[in-house]
Amino acid sequence: MNLKEKIIEKLLFACSLLTILTTLGIIVVLLYESILFFKEVPIFDFLTDTEWTPLFEQKRFGILPLISGTLLTSLIAIVVAVPVGLTIAVYLNEYANQKLTVAIKPVLEILAAVPTVVYGFFALTFVTPLLQKLIPGLAGFNALSPGIVMGIMIIPYISSLSEDALRAVPKSLREAAYGMGSTRLQTAFKVMIPAAFSGIAVSVILAISRAIGETMIVAIAAGQQPRLTFNPMVPIETITTYIVQVSLGDVPHDSLEYRTIFAAGITLFILTFILNNISFWVKSKFQEKYE
Amino acid sequence: MNKAEKTNRLKDKAFNLFGIFCTFFGLLILIVLLFDVFSKGGSRISWDFITGLPSRIPEKAGILTPLIGSIWILILTAVIAFPIGVAAAIHLEEYGSKNRLSKLVEINIANLAGVPSIIYGLLGLQVFSRWVHLGSSLLAGALTLALLILPIIIVATREAIKAVPNSIREASYALGGSRWQTIWMQVLPASMGGILTGVILALSRAVGETAPLIVIGALTYVAFVPSGPLDEFSVLPIQVFNWISRPQHGFVINAAAGIIVLLAITFIMNGIAVYFRNKWQKKIKW
Repeated sequence: MNLKEKIIEKLLFACSLLTILTTLGIIVVLLYESILFFKEVPIFDFLTDTEWTPLFEQKRFGILPLISGTLLTSLIAIVVAVPVGLTIAVYLNEYANQKLTVAIKPVLEILAAVPTVVYGFFALTFVTPLLQKLIPGLAGFNALSPGIVMGIMIIPYISSLSEDALRAVPKSLREAAYGMGSTRLQTAFKVMIPAAFSGIAVSVILAISRAIGETMIVAIAAGQQPRLTFNPMVPIETITTYIVQVSLGDVPHDSLEYRTIFAAGITLFILTFILNNISFWVKSKFQEKYE
Repeated sequence: MNKAEKTNRLKDKAFNLFGIFCTFFGLLILIVLLFDVFSKGGSRISWDFITGLPSRIPEKAGILTPLIGSIWILILTAVIAFPIGVAAAIHLEEYGSKNRLSKLVEINIANLAGVPSIIYGLLGLQVFSRWVHLGSSLLAGALTLALLILPIIIVATREAIKAVPNSIREASYALGGSRWQTIWMQVLPASMGGILTGVILALSRAVGETAPLIVIGALTYVAFVPSGPLDEFSVLPIQVFNWISRPQHGFVINAAAGIIVLLAITFIMNGIAVYFRNKWQKKIKW
């Protein structure tokens, strides 16, 4: 191998190492500012205090209200996305003909390609007023409307990945079920879904992770009032919304208020990191191997 | 047919209908969304709106500065992310010595793809804006977004390279081609369709990103068109977000009109990607 080839290989290698540097960068940045933050705010208070008011006179630094807001919107999104997404996957796999599947999949992918700021607008100016007609007590900013819209956004994540998982189940299993006289529905729910369970679980976990990290939909439509509640009718605040809120203001760098966004950021990072790793673990551990 | 069998068939039919409903539910929402946005902002779309400067009066405000900002970001991000992403993918796929480090890189890329975009914003704020002193410039924004879409480009490029059959490589080696010559002259041209599809999809994601750019401090109001990569900037999604947050009804109309332009850009880019994919799939048969 000549010198030129060697240099090229090293250059290519350097580019792939950049991804490791990115991860290290994220961890270093989040840790560095968070450690400075936790020098002033005890980590125990951060995890147990029930109020989050870092920008007020009376400063309280309890992350729980932001976490409850984040989990609430994500939960609503998942309640919308899992049944619909999974039904689509089963329908395309068991019922629809090949032509429809080929045509409809890219159209569904468009749902995931729409910029999230557009969904935020849709949630605030269309879905919320519509819901207010059905639910009289609903506040203008609430967890319900952005949760539902976020659920619509993540439908393709679940339907697409679950469909791949269902398709990977060997034909012989399906044919055996039909051979026993099962209907399509019985085949789908008693044979195919259990067989593809790990793949479906992975798709759901990744969708939850995606919902937890989603920013603009909640920043626009959920409000900016951190409160420890699981009531979907009132304004709440998520971790991501708080980071946006501070970024838009003019908080001086190197202040405690500035560091709160890194403390909130590391909480978000840990939440999604755990979920992503559970999904890898499920994928590698429980993947059914068929010959 | 006994009774149990009959109810089973009925359930089967009911699920069929429910499946059709769910499948077209997404489509229906998309149509409602488009209709809603067009009915609110369609009449506001005009040449004056596209070439107008920002203003405090909604009827006079235009999107020229954020639009140019978005185009700047798009080009800079592409210039940074395209070569690095493709190079990394080539290394992983073609040189992939299965040692510990390359395995770590692989797991790491999968993990990075799951990191929320706003976290990339915090990374960019600290590293590019503050430590490298790029401030809230176009370059800081583009570097941040480039890191964000790198995993997407790498994964797509690897898929495209993987689809090139080994016989092509072996033929090149048989003719005395070196490893790099084989990659540069055979593998890359053969997989370019797939690579471009992935890159365009990644860029269309970047053009719609809002949160990371807000975090690094992109402006919500820019009075001038940026002229170089170190200028401060705004982008279309941030302008839309800014307009949504204002109470006057006129700005809601503007936000809807801005969304129409943003959606047009996103859909055109996705359309180009699909076109590339189809053209490339038809042309090359191994």
